[in-house]
Order: sequence, then structure tokens, then C-alpha cells
Amino acid sequence: MPAVTSAGADDVDDRSLVDRLRRGDEAAFAWLLDRYTGSLHRLARSYVATASVADEAVQETWLAVVTGIDRFEGRSSLKTWLHRILINIARTKGVREHRSVPFASLGSELGGDDPAVDPDRFRGLGDRHAGQWATPPVPWDEAPEARLLSRETLAAVQHAIDDLPPNQRTVITLRDLEGWPSEDVCNVLAITETNQRVLLHRARSKVRGALETHFEDTTA
Amino acid sequence: MIWRRLTARLTRDLPCRQFVELVTDYLEGAMPARERARFEHHLSRCDGCDHYLAQIRRTVDVTGRLTVADIDALGSVARERLLGAFREFHTQGA
Repeated sequence: MPAVTSAGADDVDDRSLVDRLRRGDEAAFAWLLDRYTGSLHRLARSYVATASVADEAVQETWLAVVTGIDRFEGRSSLKTWLHRILINIARTKGVREHRSVPFASLGSELGGDDPAVDPDRFRGLGDRHAGQWATPPVPWDEAPEARLLSRETLAAVQHAIDDLPPNQRTVITLRDLEGWPSEDVCNVLAITETNQRVLLHRARSKVRGALETHFEDTTA
Repeated sequence: MIWRRLTARLTRDLPCRQFVELVTDYLEGAMPARERARFEHHLSRCDGCDHYLAQIRRTVDVTGRLTVADIDALGSVARERLLGAFREFHTQGA
């Protein structure tokens, strides 16, 4: 394992890691595998329909890393490079199985009217208080943490994410599931900060809506 | 004069419908100071929007808990095979 422990794992010095990989240091490769397989897999799932196809994409990515590490030029971080390889492979597979074509259809997810909240929840134009809440959100109980994190709630969130358009799904996965900083997400997906924010906004808004419905249904 | 323009801008209230579209810019710190002041001003006076923002924060929090789900995406067999491929590649290359 590289000479860095848990805390600063993200800051592992790329250059020394790459040197070790090039020298055939198996421990370095094992460390990389364990560190990134989960996130590669989740990213793959936003391009392909099934877990097994995602598995294939991840394994092909690792094989590409094994044979291609000599071609890594260090112009991006190793993490970015790795995830870009995955995206290329997963995207090709996604096209083959007629799933969405992420980022080719970016425009359709960025444009148009995609309100964060159902417009019916607000007072209409004729109203003196137009644009204000007609049906305001009620606070979610802060107390029962158990309920907020129950298996049903997590499943509802997972469903909502699965239902998102592909680009929104990818961005929320990297940002909120993986906890990546926006800069890394922009680099891996080759999109601007602004576009990333729009996708994240639409994704979070929809997941919030799904959670709201979920809580209403379970308390009703 | 400047002061009057500033307070006018501050008190010209933000419709809730617009507020919900600005939440991500706010949380991402991508809002110019003036807009942020207007946003926070509205927030301090509107319970509905206050709850809305809290819900979005909870949503982000709950989404973050999903990570645990498929942490062991790579079975031990696949892991061994990949390590084997790495070994093999480097014995050949040497």
C-alpha cells in the first residue's frame, strides 16, 4: 500500500503510485483495485442496464489500466484517467444494449423547463401572492433518525436515482454518493461547472420530491 | 442613494417558486453576494422555504448513505484474476 493511510487517501501521490504500478508492484495495484472498484462500478451502473454488464466494464477498465499504465501522461489525476477509461467502455456497452447515450444527449437534460417543484404547489399568476407556496413543504421529522435511514427510505432514494435521466444520475452519483468535489466531476465528465450544477440541481430536486412522497405515503 | 437601492433590492422579495431553483447555487457557493443576501433574506422570513432547504440538505445526507450498498462490487475471484493479469503482464514485460 502506498505510504499514505486512511485520512489522506485521496491525496496519494499519483507519481509514486504510477511508478510502483509500472514497476509491477502488485500491492500498489491491489490497493488501487480496492480503492476504486466500488466507485467505478457505481459509475458504470449509470451507463449500463445491469450489474453484470457493469462488472464487465469495471474488469475491462482494470485490464486497460494493467496494459496501459505506461501511456498515462499525468496530465489528469490517476483517478480522473481511470474513471474516463471506465466511461468510454461503459458508454460503448450502453449503446450496444440500447441504453441511453450519456452526455451525447446532454443538451436535452440541461435545456427546457424542468422545475424543481411541481408548479401547482405555488400560487398562480392571478394571485396577489403569486409564486409563493400554496402547499408548502412540511418539516421532515428530525427525531426518528432510524426512519430517515431505514431500508425503505434508502430504497426510495435508490429508485429515484435510477429513474433520473442518465447525466443527472451520473452527476448525483459522483457528487452525493461518492462525495467527489465538483471539480473532479467536471474533469471526469468533461463538462463545465455551470452544467454540472444544473444537472446536480435537477437530480437533487427530483430525489427530494421522491423522498417527500415516500414520507407522505408512510405516514398516511 | 446606494443604500436605498440596496434595501430596495433586498426587500423586493424572492418568490418561493424562484427560491427553490436557486438552492443548489446557494449550497454550492456559486451565488454572487447580492443574490445571496436576497436569498438569505427570504429564507429568514419564509418557513416553507426554510423547510425546503432543510429537506434538500437531508436529501444530500441520505443519498450519501447509499454508498455502503455495493461496496464489494468485485468478487474475490475477479479480484484474484485481475491481480494475476497484473502479475503476468509484468513478468512478460520484464
